[in-house]
Amino acid sequence: MRFLVEPAKVGVLIFVAAILQVTLFSSAQILGGTPDVVLLTLMAIALLRGSVYGASAGFAAGLLVDTANLGTLGVTSLLLTIAGYWIGRYGETTGRDRLHAPYVSVAVATVLVQFGALFLHYMLGDPVSARIALLDALPAKVLLNLILTLPVYALVRRALAFATVPEGATEVRLLG
Amino acid sequence: MAGALVLLSIVPGGGLHGVQSTGAAVLRPFEVGAERVAAPFRDAYNWFAGLVHAKSENARLRTQVDKYRQLAIQSKNAVQENSDLKRQLRFVGSPEFPSGFNYIATEIVSRAPSEFQQQVTIAAGSVNGVRLDDPVVTPDGLVGLVTKVAHNESQVSLVTDPASKVSAMDNVTRATGIVGVGQGRGTLILDRVSKSQSINPDDLIVTQGWRVPPLKSLYPHGIPIGYVTGASQNDLDLYWNVQLHPNVDFGSLQNVLVLVPKKRH
Repeated sequence: MRFLVEPAKVGVLIFVAAILQVTLFSSAQILGGTPDVVLLTLMAIALLRGSVYGASAGFAAGLLVDTANLGTLGVTSLLLTIAGYWIGRYGETTGRDRLHAPYVSVAVATVLVQFGALFLHYMLGDPVSARIALLDALPAKVLLNLILTLPVYALVRRALAFATVPEGATEVRLLG
Repeated sequence: MAGALVLLSIVPGGGLHGVQSTGAAVLRPFEVGAERVAAPFRDAYNWFAGLVHAKSENARLRTQVDKYRQLAIQSKNAVQENSDLKRQLRFVGSPEFPSGFNYIATEIVSRAPSEFQQQVTIAAGSVNGVRLDDPVVTPDGLVGLVTKVAHNESQVSLVTDPASKVSAMDNVTRATGIVGVGQGRGTLILDRVSKSQSINPDDLIVTQGWRVPPLKSLYPHGIPIGYVTGASQNDLDLYWNVQLHPNVDFGSLQNVLVLVPKKRH
């Protein structure tokens, strides 16, 4: 059963973040932008648990958001799956043990997800305004996400560490 | 897998609508719970934010009250005269707002998470009598249109959605046009108003509610949309360039009314 604990914790975190995003944070418009706590939670999970967890959590988070909003299923999933995988790979390679890794991940992922969303909605034939999405909203969104990065990262790290069973000893140390 | 989901979602009859509807129903209690927990904090924020502009807003509203008090007296006489004349002519009209409609009062359970989607989800669906293309209002004015209906939830596209177009008219000068999204965030424009018609600042813009059998507007006549903040024209333009300020504050929407015709065809 121990192998189920970690995915369950990630699942609960993503579920809470998605519900908070669609009910609370999406309406909190500050300086023309809205914070994206789903992306922030995903960033923390991907950096702490790797690319596979990042991609899976991104897919699930996107599915929840699209379901709750009765939006086109899969659009947010596609974006967040790629974002989660990329952040996970960054954490496993270049960003390993770097203090600035969460901030870099959030800034880059926010910009890329916004551009990606614009492209996808355009390809799906939705009427989109690049000016509103990129000039009006994006700078404020990046700023708000960067401000929330530290608290969200710390919360997710604590939550993932909660009730984690320590690994048993795998080596024998010879004494004497 | 996500790409396949997108394809299945956009293909008509892709079979995902029922799954999504069930999923939305499962998520709804959590959304309602989160909304109720967040409501006091949001109210407190709005209260403090309102204080910042309270003084200037108070002066502006006092001026408006004086103006509308005079208009109300004139309107009362005009309504009475209109009613008498219609009776004398045995005039047969279409369902009027608000007398020709019933309301379904409901709350907003979720909002789209990005700037690309100007939609909200309401806690009333087909089981409550909501149907596709039902207009949605608040006491302040027009909110939007029902664009997707699930069993006990519906998606409402706001007037600020780039796809939204509403035939509208100036309540004072009777100039007609089409309300769409403006350049700035949350602003609206009244497009296609020919230069032969007149438009004045502070005029109220309402839905036109046209009817050309067998077609008719999705919105009944007379729902307030916003007031004119600026109107300009130059030699090159074919139409007036009219900016509107919406009556509804879309940022703090919490409860809405879905208009259901008393006689649904």
